[in-house]
Amino acid sequence: MKRSAPYLFLTPAIVLFTLFLAVPIGYTVYLAMLRTKVSGLGLGKGSRREVFVGFDNFAAALADAELWNGWLRVLGYGTLVLVVMLGLALLFALLLDSARVRLAQISRIAIFLPYAVPGVAATLLWGFLYLPSLSPIREILDIDFLGATTVTYSMANVAVWGGVGFNMLVLYTTLRAIPRDLYEAARLDGASEFQIALRVKIPILTPAIILTTVFSIIATIQVFTEPTTLRPLTNTISSTWSPLMKVYRDAFVTGDLYSAAATSIVIAAISLVLSFGFLRVVRNRAFGEG
Amino acid sequence: MRANRFGAALAVALTATLASCGSGEPTPQSTEAAQSPTAAAQGPVKLVYWTWAPNMDKIVDVWNKAHPDIQVTVSKQAGGDDAAAKYLTASKAGNPPDLVQAEYQHLPSFIAADAVADLKAETASIKAEFSDGLWNLVTLGTEGVYGIPQDSGPMMLFYRKDLFDKYGIAVPKTWQEYADAARTVRKKDSKAYLGTFSSKDPGAFTGLAQQAGAQWWSISGEQWKVNIADEPTKKVAGYWDGLVKEGAIDDMPFFTPEWNKALNDGKLLSWPSAVWAPGVLSTNAPKAKGKWAIAPLPQWNAGENFSGFWGGSSVAVSAKTPNKAAAAQFATWLNTDPAALDLLVKEAAIYPAATKAQSALGEAPEYFSNQPDFWQQAAGVGAGARGFTFGPNVGVTYNAFKDAFDKALQNKSPFTDAIQTMQDTTVADMRKSGFQIAS
Repeated sequence: MKRSAPYLFLTPAIVLFTLFLAVPIGYTVYLAMLRTKVSGLGLGKGSRREVFVGFDNFAAALADAELWNGWLRVLGYGTLVLVVMLGLALLFALLLDSARVRLAQISRIAIFLPYAVPGVAATLLWGFLYLPSLSPIREILDIDFLGATTVTYSMANVAVWGGVGFNMLVLYTTLRAIPRDLYEAARLDGASEFQIALRVKIPILTPAIILTTVFSIIATIQVFTEPTTLRPLTNTISSTWSPLMKVYRDAFVTGDLYSAAATSIVIAAISLVLSFGFLRVVRNRAFGEG
Repeated sequence: MRANRFGAALAVALTATLASCGSGEPTPQSTEAAQSPTAAAQGPVKLVYWTWAPNMDKIVDVWNKAHPDIQVTVSKQAGGDDAAAKYLTASKAGNPPDLVQAEYQHLPSFIAADAVADLKAETASIKAEFSDGLWNLVTLGTEGVYGIPQDSGPMMLFYRKDLFDKYGIAVPKTWQEYADAARTVRKKDSKAYLGTFSSKDPGAFTGLAQQAGAQWWSISGEQWKVNIADEPTKKVAGYWDGLVKEGAIDDMPFFTPEWNKALNDGKLLSWPSAVWAPGVLSTNAPKAKGKWAIAPLPQWNAGENFSGFWGGSSVAVSAKTPNKAAAAQFATWLNTDPAALDLLVKEAAIYPAATKAQSALGEAPEYFSNQPDFWQQAAGVGAGARGFTFGPNVGVTYNAFKDAFDKALQNKSPFTDAIQTMQDTTVADMRKSGFQIAS
């Protein structure tokens, strides 16, 4: 009994993990190794069967220039989002935490609120603001928000608008957990508010900043909602603008589940490399590990 | 939406409570059930029907009342390419609905995926109800019958009569005249366009190519022929390319908030569209009611009377349904019974596929109350509409259209290149799957 107890406690977690994570991933890998083979016209019963093709789909996914173009576009978009969003989140968190700010509570809610707006709704809302003949902004500024280059900024803007609040809240709660004595000590040593922020708060915040960065990297790699929702409104977003959009297109528009499965595994692998790579680079600084 | 769902849940809860209150007395329903012992023994056949035709639930109610042994439930879909993708996915996953609205261009994909049943035996008696052209769209010229035609979408020219009069533009009879009219509009009002070329609507372009005589796919023996980059298609693409590049017409996509606004404000003066356009115009451009009129599409050669099809659907039965006969019976009733056809026209506002129903159409759509001969005109146009057999991977072709034309508009590259991309993408996809292609 004593020996089996740990396994008993582990069972629910293992069962859930197997059912909802391991099996689907395994099934995806399995699908990624198949392809439809049609004989003749491909009409009627039995003219279509699944054949095993090994790693052919992976090779095709890796060799697809459109997928890598998608990665490049997402890289540009992601860098923009990460820098602006986390920069603003940090700035707002520090401002709210400093004692001088009035109306802190209202500001905090106001900054956080866009996070509660679903991505599709937020993108539609901004989409209307971008459209030339509907937008009140366009009456003042003559910028084509949905042009070939501007559209990336326009999409980044939606992501930043929606994401700052959440990241700000993570950083802000960490800041509130820092004992106030530290600041007092710094002040006694003659540090200004700015110096306290730079030399005391930000170093203590580093693990939280890294956490939000990893989350944000993963979220931007998976960008899908913004471009998909904006796509009907403009000629500048293709059906394969981001890697995940290509997966969706392959699976549900052109009906090739197998390529889609292979591409999604490639995307998962790249996400893993990027997130863990980032963690590795910053590990020493963040956690003082050798 | 949330409120609606809450309301529905509340209604169910209330009904359940009421039903349990009254359980002591025999209700009218239970006596009816007792009178039909077969139904009571096995329970009625239950069918699920995916469609996006408006008010289809009301039409199905009429069937359900008359046929207690075959009960159909409508599951409203979003429509368009997404609905086709959803059906294919559901079918692959093993839980498709029993009946599905299948647009003609998507039906071959359904057949190729073995997702729809062959209704040859069930439909032998109703073949004569439809024109050969439409019937060919559900058979692909093969021995099988994979759906029952429901509606068709012959294309016409919708135009702002008031503004045409104001600017002194005659209704264009040829595409050459249409181009001249487009230039005139630009001169008269720098903010207005005669029309727009949408890179998001392959269906509309397909119809225009059909009008010009395109044959994108065809079957010869055991081989497919793919000929998207044929001369008629290139002619159509080159024509619109010229107009867009010179700025005579706009390049905003259809069905966007901006397009709605342009229609509403009289900044878009015409729309080559299909017979179902009144429904779109009445919801998207309510302000312009009574100001639009219809004419046949401009022709490539003066004196011709050709058109193409944009949209149009059949009702297909899932290959996986255990109740194929019942499903076919319902689909037959829906698309050939005079009472049902009447409802389809009145409630769902569709242009029925059944020949006899087309000639029986009376009153013009409300949005076109100024055009009492709307349906007569439509019938005249429909008679000259020509289609083609759709291939087994239209989803790929249509997606290639969107991406290639988006790019062409953005980079100002030739539209004919985009057509070649469509051809190459389509053939490559078919080869990858192993279809036999005649070269």
